[in-house]
Amino acid sequence: MAEVPSETTVREKPVEQVDAVVIRFAGDSGDGMQLTGTQFTNESAIAGNDIATLPDYPAEIRAPAGTLAGVSGFQVNFSQARVFTPGDRPDVLVVMNPAAFSVNIADLRDGGILVADSDAFTLSNIRKAGMDGDPLADASLTKRVRVFAVPLTRMTTDSIKDMGLPNKTMVRCKNFFALGLCSWMFNRPIEQTLTWIGAKFAKSPALVEANTRVFKAGWNFGETTEVFVHTYEVKPADIEPGTYTNMTGNRALALGLMAAASKAGKSMFFGSYPITPASDILHELAAHKNFDVTTFQAEDEIAAVCAAIGASFGGALGVTASSGPGIALKGEAIGLAVMTELPLVIVNVQRGGPSTGLPTKTEQADLMQALYGRNGESPLAIVAPATPVECFDMAFEAVHVALKYMVPVMILSDGYLANGAQPWKIPDYDELPDISVRYWKGDLGFHPYLRNEDTLARPWVIPGTPGFEHRIGGLEKDYDSGDISYDPVNHERMTRVRAEKIERVNEDLDPPRVEGSELGELLMVGWGSTYGALAQATEELNAEGLATGHLHLRWLNPLPVEELKRIFARYKTIVVPELNMGQLVRILRERLLVDAIPVSRVQGQPFKVGELKARVKAIVEEGR
Amino acid sequence: MSGEQAKLSRKDFVSDQDVRWCPGCGDYAILAQVQRVMPELNIPRENIVFVSGIGCSSRFPYYMNTYGFHSIHGRATAIASGLKLSRPELSVWVVTGDGDGLSIGGNHLIHLLRRNLDINILLFNNEIYGLTKGQYSPTSRIGLITKSSPLGVADHPFDTVSLALGADATFVARTVDTETRHLQEMLRRAVAHKGTSFIEILQNCPIFNDGAFEDVSGKGSRIQNQLVLEHGQPLLFGSEDARMGVALGKDMSPQVVSMDSTPEEEVLLHDETNEALGFFLSRLERPEFPVPLGVIRAMDRPIYEKEVAAQAERALSDMGQPDFNKLFTGGDTWTVE
Repeated sequence: MAEVPSETTVREKPVEQVDAVVIRFAGDSGDGMQLTGTQFTNESAIAGNDIATLPDYPAEIRAPAGTLAGVSGFQVNFSQARVFTPGDRPDVLVVMNPAAFSVNIADLRDGGILVADSDAFTLSNIRKAGMDGDPLADASLTKRVRVFAVPLTRMTTDSIKDMGLPNKTMVRCKNFFALGLCSWMFNRPIEQTLTWIGAKFAKSPALVEANTRVFKAGWNFGETTEVFVHTYEVKPADIEPGTYTNMTGNRALALGLMAAASKAGKSMFFGSYPITPASDILHELAAHKNFDVTTFQAEDEIAAVCAAIGASFGGALGVTASSGPGIALKGEAIGLAVMTELPLVIVNVQRGGPSTGLPTKTEQADLMQALYGRNGESPLAIVAPATPVECFDMAFEAVHVALKYMVPVMILSDGYLANGAQPWKIPDYDELPDISVRYWKGDLGFHPYLRNEDTLARPWVIPGTPGFEHRIGGLEKDYDSGDISYDPVNHERMTRVRAEKIERVNEDLDPPRVEGSELGELLMVGWGSTYGALAQATEELNAEGLATGHLHLRWLNPLPVEELKRIFARYKTIVVPELNMGQLVRILRERLLVDAIPVSRVQGQPFKVGELKARVKAIVEEGR
Repeated sequence: MSGEQAKLSRKDFVSDQDVRWCPGCGDYAILAQVQRVMPELNIPRENIVFVSGIGCSSRFPYYMNTYGFHSIHGRATAIASGLKLSRPELSVWVVTGDGDGLSIGGNHLIHLLRRNLDINILLFNNEIYGLTKGQYSPTSRIGLITKSSPLGVADHPFDTVSLALGADATFVARTVDTETRHLQEMLRRAVAHKGTSFIEILQNCPIFNDGAFEDVSGKGSRIQNQLVLEHGQPLLFGSEDARMGVALGKDMSPQVVSMDSTPEEEVLLHDETNEALGFFLSRLERPEFPVPLGVIRAMDRPIYEKEVAAQAERALSDMGQPDFNKLFTGGDTWTVE
């Protein structure tokens, strides 16, 4: 093994051009794989590639070291073409220990590159991962993929041993060796990473130096040793001009809610209780208290939504966020917002269920809960962003609808959107639409359930307004006076009005848009985070000669039923791929009387494009 | 709608809704006292909000000609918290009961008390579920026969005042529905207190738990069973000819002493700011001891909504006026030509 040079030397190796690369970093949950993956993603974005990421980490913060349960992974797909998904199978797999190897090796594509920290492949670690001999030496492996066993731990500590740091601290830097090596391998720009290390560890100059040295050591190792013969280059993608930043779904949601509240001229009140994978929305909002945002970490999920409702009653934009289990707890209070016709935005960052389920994994199984998970006829508007950056736009729309129609709106995100990152073309705040709400200005014959003729919204007259003192509540109200009413006919009338308000939201929505073939053999209908997989599959199926359309619904309630009927009629086969046991498909079958066919996957993971294509093709074949 | 505030009267706080509590219900008296005290407070009517949950007491907002929110079971405290946080200038009142506030809403109640928002809580304690027609509540006494406890209540009840003190409430008082003047005085004190004010009102349910507080409110018994607290005054009770006091025994336990044979210095003095004394008073159990009425604790602690507002102010001075374009471009950015 060559000596590790102390600083970057310039020794060119041949560069191989590739269109796209999928790389997965995997290690113990304490190995810093999320950090490594995120930073590699930033480098790739700055290099001008289109990107999609998939963080995959265990629910346990620190499972026992070296065990299969503790393996944490981060996958990024970077390309010179448009990227829809994080990729089915990695081209490059970096594993920091045998457990990470064991969990991930089957996914590595044939002919792919495996980089392994050979120092971590001790007999005891190998046994902990449930294997017998050294898997890196296994002939069946070396025949299938290119194995680079790199003494990563030792080279990490060697490069900083003169600093006098404790051994444990030195070893913890090894993810920067991996990052440095991969940055070299794929010709990533490294200046930003060096700046970032300086900022990230600003409190400890020793750590800045250690991580910088280890990062450079990793880079130099690739450049100077004979282990790697060439590097790879992925040219910049053809991306719409503009200024970009990397954006996760949770952050985009937070920013979208803030921008919308501001454009509506409202204070924002965010009531929340910590829950995976929604907590980052709370963290993000709590950091921007100068934007007229109040965050309230409540004692429980119920208090979180109730406080938001109280704030809405007072004239603020009330927002709450959670994941499925928390939404279940909020159900009764959401019904109160339906009944009192107050604006409220509820974010559900879905995860695998039922019960505690798979807290860190993604799933789309809360659509029925969103539609029907309350007592009584309790309709609310539902919107589902399709990509991480779309979380910004959909949050903005959700706020607009909630305020204009005086209804609760639920945003269905999920773990994949929440933590997945994507380049976001930064909008100009000044060009975002004004969505301010007009208070009721009349003064004769007021009652709290008078209705706007167009939207059916009731007047939002808030405490502090003299002369309009009134009481609202969860009991049924009389249509004509707003007083409590138990009249049977009135109850049906009010029930229908509450439903009609949601239907009228259709007036404000963009018509559904088909991508791919406008007519033909197959229409794939999806919602939420499956967008990327469906878009990729659609492109490939059309290229293979199967005329395929892709309709991705953003608003799930209301549905533009007549338009959907017209679109559906143009295709022979309708399939509805979802990360659940078939929820949207049931709605479509019921509302449109169409023989739509479900394609279900409930494994806590997004669709793989290859698998999805195979399944829809089989359905098309069967129909022929 | 003019800016000028005409002097309001009790009638201004009476809504146009028919009051629908059972005849003889203690709630009538409480409503009347609240409507009587309101005009004295000089708070514009439109700035007053009554928030309630579910139960007989929670009908209260409909009868007040102010803003009001009749919400869901147990959650009035949470809704009021959101309202007060976003509109600190409003006078926010929570009306709740022993079931609504201590059972289904117990969690929100204790957290409101610890946070110390400037909200006034009136908890009507009748030791029974009335609206659902007569099941035992978390304050029902052991052995009480109800529809859901035909063999007598087996669960140990909460003492409402002990619970509030344990949750670090900054103002805790107790009064009785029939003691109209005392009730009014407690309302005034609650409004004057900065921070969460918690008043337990012992309230008779004539239908399902009639006479639960007969000892404290009955004509013949009230004098010897009411320990009326006054800050700085000795803990004395009973009639003029049989004056009694509460003293601290050598073993730190409470003792009832006869004033005929005890010098007044040996009787404890009430101190609303003494936390230990508050607990001591809240643990006095009938029938051995009288029921303390009045302000048990009143102390200052930072008010939550003010702290939150101060943080927002600090954020504004540290981070500047909101600038979305700066926020959007705050991380790593790159430009595609």
